[in-house]
Amino acid sequence: MYRIVEKQELAPGIKQMVVETPHVARRARPGQFVIVRLDAPGERIPLTIADHDTAQGTVTLVVQEVGKTTAQMGTLEVGDTIATVAGPLGHPTEIAAYGTVVCVGGGVGIAPVFPIARALQTAGNRVLSIIGARSRNLLFWEERMAAVSNELIVCTDDGSYGRPGLVTEPLRELLEARPGEIARIWAIGPAVMMKFVSRTTEPFGVPTTVSLNTVMIDGTGMCGGCRVVAGGGAQFVCVDGPEFSGWQVDWDLLLSRLQYYRPQEQEAFEQWQRGACRVEETTA
Amino acid sequence: MAAGRLPRRGDDRLMPRIIPTRTPMAEQPPAQRIHNFDEVPYGYTPEEAKAEAARCLLCKRPTCIDGCPVHINIVGFLELTAKGDFRGAINLIKESDALPAITGRVCPQETQCEQVCVMGRKYQPVAIGRVERFLADWEASRGDLSVPELAPPTGKTVAVVGAGPAGLTVAADLARLGHRVTVFEALHEAGGVLVYGIPEFRLPKAIVQREVNYVCNLGVSLIKDFVVGQTATLDELLEDYNAIFLGSGAGLPWFLDIPGENLSGVYSANEYLTRSNLMKAYRFPEYDTPIARGRRVITIGGGNVAMDACRTALRLGAEESMVVYRRSRDEMPARIEEIHHAEEEGIRFMYLTTPVAIHGDDQGQVKELECLRNELGEPDASGRRRPVAVEGSNFRVPADIVIMAIGQSPSPLIPRTTADLQTQRDGVVVIDEATGKTSMKGVFAGGDVATGGATVILAMGQGRTAAAAIHDYLKTGVW
Ligand SMILES: Cc1cc2nc3c(=O)[nH]c(=O)nc-3n(C[C@H](O)[C@H](O)[C@H](O)COP(=O)(O)OP(=O)(O)OC[C@H]3O[C@@H](n4cnc5c(N)ncnc54)[C@H](O)[C@@H]3O)c2cc1C
Ligand SMILES: Cc1cc2nc3c(=O)[nH]c(=O)nc-3n(C[C@H](O)[C@H](O)[C@H](O)COP(=O)(O)OP(=O)(O)OC[C@H]3O[C@@H](n4cnc5c(N)ncnc54)[C@H](O)[C@@H]3O)c2cc1C
Ligand code: SF4
Ligand code: SF4
Ligand code: FES
Repeated sequence: MYRIVEKQELAPGIKQMVVETPHVARRARPGQFVIVRLDAPGERIPLTIADHDTAQGTVTLVVQEVGKTTAQMGTLEVGDTIATVAGPLGHPTEIAAYGTVVCVGGGVGIAPVFPIARALQTAGNRVLSIIGARSRNLLFWEERMAAVSNELIVCTDDGSYGRPGLVTEPLRELLEARPGEIARIWAIGPAVMMKFVSRTTEPFGVPTTVSLNTVMIDGTGMCGGCRVVAGGGAQFVCVDGPEFSGWQVDWDLLLSRLQYYRPQEQEAFEQWQRGACRVEETTA
Repeated sequence: MAAGRLPRRGDDRLMPRIIPTRTPMAEQPPAQRIHNFDEVPYGYTPEEAKAEAARCLLCKRPTCIDGCPVHINIVGFLELTAKGDFRGAINLIKESDALPAITGRVCPQETQCEQVCVMGRKYQPVAIGRVERFLADWEASRGDLSVPELAPPTGKTVAVVGAGPAGLTVAADLARLGHRVTVFEALHEAGGVLVYGIPEFRLPKAIVQREVNYVCNLGVSLIKDFVVGQTATLDELLEDYNAIFLGSGAGLPWFLDIPGENLSGVYSANEYLTRSNLMKAYRFPEYDTPIARGRRVITIGGGNVAMDACRTALRLGAEESMVVYRRSRDEMPARIEEIHHAEEEGIRFMYLTTPVAIHGDDQGQVKELECLRNELGEPDASGRRRPVAVEGSNFRVPADIVIMAIGQSPSPLIPRTTADLQTQRDGVVVIDEATGKTSMKGVFAGGDVATGGATVILAMGQGRTAAAAIHDYLKTGVW
């Protein structure tokens, strides 16, 4: 059992939780994730370690409520416990002194890109960051990202804040304006965003790392459910990744695999919402 | 009645009555059981167990014992059972086999103890496994599973990696010898393949839980959600423990590497079975984990894993569940009882068939499996005739789910973070057979991680061997 020691709403439907799990905190590195299972009937879902504190023995998770499990997690409060937090899983990000790098975070992807940007900056890189969200109210961690970036560009799809438009536009401009300067790019966000970031950077030849969010169960390489095709062959995201070269990923396959359980996910979510409403009614 | 029939030990010529056929075991009828996940065989009653045990010839040279990887005193426990001394019989078994309720159910008896049973030369062999299972269940039903006396604490600590049959055996043996044992398990439940792979209808999870509780009652600490190689490396564990047993199994599923294998609806058997068993997807949405419920499901492979997958598919509501196997029925490595059960349940077997591609629809979901027909050619290294594909014999079978059950090997997670751990082909950890010693001082291994996918009883047997060697090492410090 793992106790929640802090909880904060970052934006509507996006919650930050600090969870006590000393053995994960001890070894966590940027780019790694945990598998979370809320309770006995719960499913196992992957969540990136957005930050960790070895001394306190805690990890920070940022969760976007998109379905049953994440929504249920959002209802947990400080002092509540989570049945399983296993990790840190996956390969850590390869942090080195590359020179100038770009870190792109889209939506809830801002959270996982943060520790990477911070580690890259600490390693002596010049970090240019681009973060984006659909709308101003969904944007979070702007100050945190600013603190670990030499330059920060903020965009919103609807233009309610910062630059209007998608993250790919300022990214292309940076690549065009500073030819040869940018050594590497990291991009984390919705699969579609990562696909288009990869498309954008490929003509410039700047190596682009993405962190893939496939469906997982065990997270230890035992089921193969997380597999993607990257670099020609099948790879298990949980043990071979989660980071891959964005140019090598078969995005259409990844996107179709992500859709596979849609009808059942919908069913579970709706049933849970009905149950959750009942509870609220009776306590009201 | 049964006891009265007992022939005198060792005097084969005076054998009074030969009972040629086995005592049948009642089972759930196929038409009923394909709609539930309850166990298929009901097990013997005490009378049936006595009658079956009385079929034993009490051979002077009981070959059955050589057929059992852990050398259970089979003739001894059968004799006691025939006399009705169930307590004596189960105690005798437990001297060599810590998990008889499990081995009695899942051992491939027909290639082990029962294959070499003398009765089997002319008649049906004694149903050793069924009697073993009866005795274990009899003991459990009495609820007086006693915790054996533990040796005084030695002050030595042992880390066991993996809570499968190998790890649990080592943990129990070493705890009894007075060592402090901690088991590290990657998943949220202990039991290994017994909980995530083998379905409820073949091995009820309550039985596994009973055995896990037994091990914990010996004072063993169980730390779940701990992925060795990630949460801590083997080298880090060695700093805190006097010895390590590596029993992490062979969990990495193989794929065929054919076109279309990554379409939605293609599962590894591990994923399919883990969703259904460990995560209880068969009770979705009561449990959160979903599983695709196909109308036409094809399982590729011919071992126990394939049988478990195709039978699970049926229980999840498939209208048709098929098995595609590249050789013929005689070569299928699955337990004969499982093949038989699968046939009874209406599984369709396509033998001498090799899958070559999977075709999808415009949603990226499985639509058809394309196969070639095989002929049997020259014998291969395993002595079985090699299947040879007939060129141009391609045909397609409609399917919405394809399950790959073609084998597995140890996960690379631990070797890739442990410089000194020697592995061979497919990541199998190299051990000294007699002791379980690996290439790293203080680290022993056994079970599927050291053999590749094998059997429960072999994993336990290797655990036994390693536990004894670990005990020696802890006492003497000599490697
Ligand atoms: C390595 C990795 C790191 C991730 N990190 C974060 C994070 O830090 N914050 C965050 O909010 N989300 C993260 N995700 C995504 C998160 O796991 C899913 O949003 C979550 O599983 C959805 O579950 P649900 O029941 O709430 O929604 P559902 O209704 O079940 O699913 C909604 C969508 O989420 C995806 N999904 C469903 N089940 C799983 C599963 N078992 N594993 C992975 N994806 C699934 C599918 O695309 C699905 O269509 C990460 C995913 C991966 C693979
Ligand atoms: C579907 C299926 C059906 C089978 N049917 C039969 C049968 O009928 N009869 C039979 O005799 N055999 C059968 N087998 C084979 C049998 O189950 C195995 O040979 C046996 O379980 C091996 O035991 P083990 O302890 O070596 O490994 P496992 O049972 O695989 O247990 C290993 C444990 O280690 C854990 N682990 C792995 N990596 C790590 C890590 N890095 N850190 C911490 N923990 C880790 C795993 O989660 C698991 O719990 C079957 C196998 C399968 C998959
Ligand atoms: S453990 Fe297995 S092989 Fe040995 S006697 Fe029992 S059923 Fe037979
Ligand atoms: S070989 Fe068969 S008949 Fe002979 S002792 Fe063993 S079980 Fe009995
Ligand atoms: S999640 Fe099971 S292999 Fe990656």
